[in-house]
Amino acid sequence: MRTWAIANRVIKELLRDKRTLALMFLAPIFILILLNFVFSASQATDVTVGTVAVPQALQQNLEQSKHVTVKKYTSKAAAQKGLKQNRLDAIVQHKTANYSLTYANTDASKTTAVKMAFKNALATNTMSQLKSKLMATTASLAKLRQQLPNAPIPQQSAAKVAAPKITNHYVYGDSDTGFFDKILPILMGFFVFFFVFLISGMALLKERTSGTLNRLLATPVKRSEIVFGYMLSYGILAIFQTILIVLVTIWLLKIKVVGSLINVVVINLLLALVALAFGILVSTFANSEFQMMQFIPVLVIPQIFFSGIIPLDTMADWVKKIAAVIPLKYSGDATTQIITRGVSITSLGLDIGVLFLFLIGLTILNIVGLRRYRKV
Amino acid sequence: MAAAIINLTHLVKKFGTQTILKDINFTVVPGQIVGLIGPSGAGKSTIIKLTLGMEKADNGTATVFGQTMPQRQLLAKIGYMAQTDALYETLSGQENLVFFAKMKGLSKSEIVHEITYVAKVVGLTADLNKRVSGYSGGMKRRLSLAIALLGQPQLIVLDEPTVGIDPALRRQVWRELNKLRDAGRSILITTHVMDEAELADQVALLLDGEVIAFDTPAKLKQQYQVATIEDVFLKAEGVQL
Repeated sequence: MRTWAIANRVIKELLRDKRTLALMFLAPIFILILLNFVFSASQATDVTVGTVAVPQALQQNLEQSKHVTVKKYTSKAAAQKGLKQNRLDAIVQHKTANYSLTYANTDASKTTAVKMAFKNALATNTMSQLKSKLMATTASLAKLRQQLPNAPIPQQSAAKVAAPKITNHYVYGDSDTGFFDKILPILMGFFVFFFVFLISGMALLKERTSGTLNRLLATPVKRSEIVFGYMLSYGILAIFQTILIVLVTIWLLKIKVVGSLINVVVINLLLALVALAFGILVSTFANSEFQMMQFIPVLVIPQIFFSGIIPLDTMADWVKKIAAVIPLKYSGDATTQIITRGVSITSLGLDIGVLFLFLIGLTILNIVGLRRYRKV
Repeated sequence: MAAAIINLTHLVKKFGTQTILKDINFTVVPGQIVGLIGPSGAGKSTIIKLTLGMEKADNGTATVFGQTMPQRQLLAKIGYMAQTDALYETLSGQENLVFFAKMKGLSKSEIVHEITYVAKVVGLTADLNKRVSGYSGGMKRRLSLAIALLGQPQLIVLDEPTVGIDPALRRQVWRELNKLRDAGRSILITTHVMDEAELADQVALLLDGEVIAFDTPAKLKQQYQVATIEDVFLKAEGVQL
């Protein structure tokens, strides 16, 4: 009964704090939409290449490459100038039988793009050279055959050789599926975690510094009732927050969700409760709002790195061990599986189990931790 | 003499290496206002914390209603008002009262009745539906007192209740306290305002973690042969008058 009264009060306070509400509900949407713009903008990099004494055929091949603009220079010096003035990203120079490439290399992706484009152009060039040679050989072969009596008619001609057609099939999403789609399930969890952590931690901190916690503890309320009251209220809030974020990502950002939406909400709710328990625990080590903020770069931001946004399997073994204690990793893994592969929640036992362990452990710590303020 | 409501015997409290309280002894009986007087840092708030069970004594016992503290259930019979106002600013006065009444475990029907009563006592009936953030300092203090009075507790513990309030309100608060005392309740009040000590029935003078005197204001003045409690203090501290 007291648990409900505390939850009721916390929700009432939050509903009247319009700015905090906006932070919880509008800020994640705002950031998600911005991120969507940033990542779904054309993935290709446009580069400008200067050529010096490059053969006509190769020059044409380069010009035909997508996202490549070619400028012809008569001397290396003129091209160098262009490179210095940031008008060029690279120079291709033909020297006897070899090519020499100079990159501005201020943007690694542009350097890679030029390397790729040049390689392709060179390959096409070689191909067409081979082709014409082949055609010449075939022609002379035909001539020879005609001179010979009883010669069978050739079955194939080089002109008939066609490149095989490639058709792409996507298990999840389509050809537009990019980095954003991969990080979105994890980001969703991150927003839930971050805002619930911050706001609940601040709320309990305020309760402590304003003296209301002491007053609360001067009544026969149980310490567990206070912790559960907070969990109940922020749990309810997290449900709404998650639903809103999920709906925005599906309808506004057109992200495909293969699995069940309810499962996504359940995982995020669990994560929110972990964040809440974590926030409350951390707030007991802070003496002011500013000190609470100081925990963000130390405890919250590093979680992003281990959440799966950067593939964990490429990391060193000892780094992977750190990831094992990061709640966001488990929720990120679970939501990614639900959203991109439609995995059912029942087969995500490990992720859910670990999240539950975090939740139970932190909750017990919180209930015991309140002993600092009342010995019984 | 009736059984003591608060009985502190040989209370010792240390924080780290620092001894805040050394051998505190005094009692509060029903129908009595006991003033706990002492300079800042003398250990007044620590005594309150031990009485409420927020802290555990390192030595000695604090018994309230005959039971050794800390004891969670007993808190239902104690009304506590902290030094700070400790109110939820975004909630209205009414909502604050309802919340704390629920925390004290009052039933629904009691809550309505109790809130009407305590609001009348502190004169906030007309302002109950306003948000606390819009209250004046004095109104917050009164609401804070009203919360302490919820549920007609047998023991009321007030930590510096009259800090920062105007003289008229202070008089009003003391009038209420006297009424409650006359109704048989016990009140433990801390203050560092010496002239307030004169209003208490019994005064415990606290200095450096020790109760240097525990008696009625009149007897204390007689004993130290001075005119005011303030002088008693100065003399006890060894300041040349």
